[in-house]
Amino acid sequence: MLNLAGMAAEAEQNWPGLVQAWVDRRTPLCELRCPPSEILPEVVHWVVDELLFRFAGLIVEQEPQEWDLRYLFYSIQGPPRWARLRVRQPLDTPKFPSISPQVHAADWYEREAEDLYGVTFEGHPRLGDFVLHDDLWQEAVAPMRRDFDEKAALAERRPDLDWKFRRIVHDPGAFAMPVGPIYSGVTESVQFLLETVGEDVIRAFPRLFYKYRAIEKIAEGRNVDGCLLLAERFAATTAFAHALAYCQAVETICRVKLPPRAHALRVLVSELERFRHHVGVIHDICESTGLSVAASQAAILEEDLLRLSGDLTGHRYLFGLAIPGGLSRNLKDADCIDAVEMAVKILKRLQELDDGLRYSSSFLDRLEGVGIISPGKAWEFGLVGPMGRASGLGGDLRKAQPYASYEHFEFDVPLESEGDGFARLRVLMAEAAQSVRILCQVPVRLEAGDVAVGVSLQSGRALGWVEAPRGATFHGLHLDESGVVLRYRMITPSFVNWHGFHLAAENFAFQDFPIILATVGLSATENDR
Amino acid sequence: MSRWVISGLRQGVVTTCYPTRMETAKGTSPGLPARLTPMADEFGQELVDVCPTGAIHFERGEARVDYGRCIHCFRCSRSARYVLEWESGFEWARFASDGSNFVKGAASWPKAFRKSMHIRVVDAGDCGACLNEVKQLNNPYYNMHRLGFFITPTPRKADILLVVGPVNDHTRLPLQAAYDAMPTPKLVMAVGACALSGGVFGPSFVTGTGVKDVLPVDIEVPGSPPPPLAILHGLLVAAGRKPPMPGQDGR
Ligand code: SF4
Repeated sequence: MLNLAGMAAEAEQNWPGLVQAWVDRRTPLCELRCPPSEILPEVVHWVVDELLFRFAGLIVEQEPQEWDLRYLFYSIQGPPRWARLRVRQPLDTPKFPSISPQVHAADWYEREAEDLYGVTFEGHPRLGDFVLHDDLWQEAVAPMRRDFDEKAALAERRPDLDWKFRRIVHDPGAFAMPVGPIYSGVTESVQFLLETVGEDVIRAFPRLFYKYRAIEKIAEGRNVDGCLLLAERFAATTAFAHALAYCQAVETICRVKLPPRAHALRVLVSELERFRHHVGVIHDICESTGLSVAASQAAILEEDLLRLSGDLTGHRYLFGLAIPGGLSRNLKDADCIDAVEMAVKILKRLQELDDGLRYSSSFLDRLEGVGIISPGKAWEFGLVGPMGRASGLGGDLRKAQPYASYEHFEFDVPLESEGDGFARLRVLMAEAAQSVRILCQVPVRLEAGDVAVGVSLQSGRALGWVEAPRGATFHGLHLDESGVVLRYRMITPSFVNWHGFHLAAENFAFQDFPIILATVGLSATENDR
Repeated sequence: MSRWVISGLRQGVVTTCYPTRMETAKGTSPGLPARLTPMADEFGQELVDVCPTGAIHFERGEARVDYGRCIHCFRCSRSARYVLEWESGFEWARFASDGSNFVKGAASWPKAFRKSMHIRVVDAGDCGACLNEVKQLNNPYYNMHRLGFFITPTPRKADILLVVGPVNDHTRLPLQAAYDAMPTPKLVMAVGACALSGGVFGPSFVTGTGVKDVLPVDIEVPGSPPPPLAILHGLLVAAGRKPPMPGQDGR
């Protein structure tokens, strides 16, 4: 694999006069400036298929004079580094070539940008109705534009009253069943269209963004502290992970160096959150199969972990703890040690539950071979987190791009290849055990000292990243001199993985639908933002 | 299968003693800042400025916290010179201020729900935490079935609509439709700071200031998220089996 300087040189040689490259050693990162022409897909192809970088996401920003698009890629093997493709266009020409044919994972990013910014991507097969639902808002509304006039937009609403779910199955006798947005017991607002010709469901396609609260829009103009509340609370079952990614972005901009204790405690709380999140998903899986004793036992473990989090940090969902510069309060060594001991006990009970599940053939029958995502498809859609790893797609930011002090901790990244519901359950179980393994290493790394340093705000742009419980998350932040947010971008694992959800929901029996949903463990609020 | 029966029995009973007695286990509630704290003007003003949701008011030498707006951000207890005491507890539910006909006394509170109540839960753009806490009500620790509370998948069988989230644009119509489909008499319970006031999300062009913008609310449960016990308290207040939090009554 090329080093970054070699990469820059080769790019300029391959596309002389068209691509300009420079290297930032601090990140470390190689930026390639490309023209908005057919060169862009070629460069993307080179970065992804030859240099084997992985697509992280797209950040669109409207500058005073121009559109500024940044395509981010990161290495998953070898030394940690980044590639960034940067494409600009004058404001009156909001047109870019689509890269989705080269990187299918970019599909939804382009749809999102088109819907919210009104920028088009030429060659993209399907733009339009996405984040803002067309049965409520006309297509021309582009809320992320700087000159968006919300009063006018609200006053001049022209919903498309003829809007219908797009159907794919056209067999004679085929029919479609909409499910949601309000359905079943306690569920997030999402709608699904189940298309069937009788017994089996041919495909189930989600309609998301029911929970769109325009977080990225309302973040603009807030100060760093106000924006932190949004980062922490837009997807609160993984609040700490997202707050941490945001804080890391602020810390990179302001060049803050954290005390070692802060890093160690951030690792502790992150792993506690992952453990609790995974147990919650395991509970949902048990419940979806109707195995009520197991579901109750998993629910007890989840509540035990919520109580443990509440007792240790003051809040069951770890709110208010992460701040730029460290943590808002110090945790006592003795309390941390007690928490770790408690986590070990809870893991032991989880493993007993796991043993029981592995001997319950009626349970396994309902997971094995259900909701299969092949490794090839997982790669094509760039799936992240446990959902990707159950289909053999590795890559964990804690290893690939270490943050906090993860480079000092020993742990494995569990991988399975079957890609079915059972593989996803096994990955969750194994990751929970690895989280506790990390937790056990924290007490010896707790150096005495402060848990926070002061942050003097500066202007600049940076990216913060975290391996959140559902997978890689990237938070891009742009601050002005007084610490006001100019652009806040959240790239979340649920956004990536919902894109591939339909892969797991093809040709299945209707009663398996809740099981498939439970095993992928996706969040609508994390996707919708 | 016998394996599960045995391990289920071995687990024993973990259910909370609430509402017979107060639950005192650690980590069951995030608590809230003290409602009334006398202090000097300069400290009071600082606290008003430190609170991101406008939950703290300072008048005549007293800092007063509006629980409906508080989001447990801990800024008033961790990053001010004169910090507020933190109070444990969870019985925060109150009648909605400026709420439904039941709350205003224009109609008498439905008695039919005293023994049993069916609940339809609607997610109106929540962050996932409130919904997760509602889900915990079915776990063996809280086991709300023992109190006659059941979650129902259909609004047509529901007695009370439990709404979480600030009510954003895309969920407004489904929420309205669920309410309309319920038989009368029916109650509405707004759960969590966002459902009460819009929280950190509203108001904006796609988000309002809570459920009251759209529906007549009867019961409000403060907290961000309210822990399961606080939601349970809200349900008991709705059923007429527990009094609301004193001093927070909107009537
Ligand atoms: S915890 Fe936060 S929201 Fe609640 S009163 Fe204190 S400062 Fe305000």
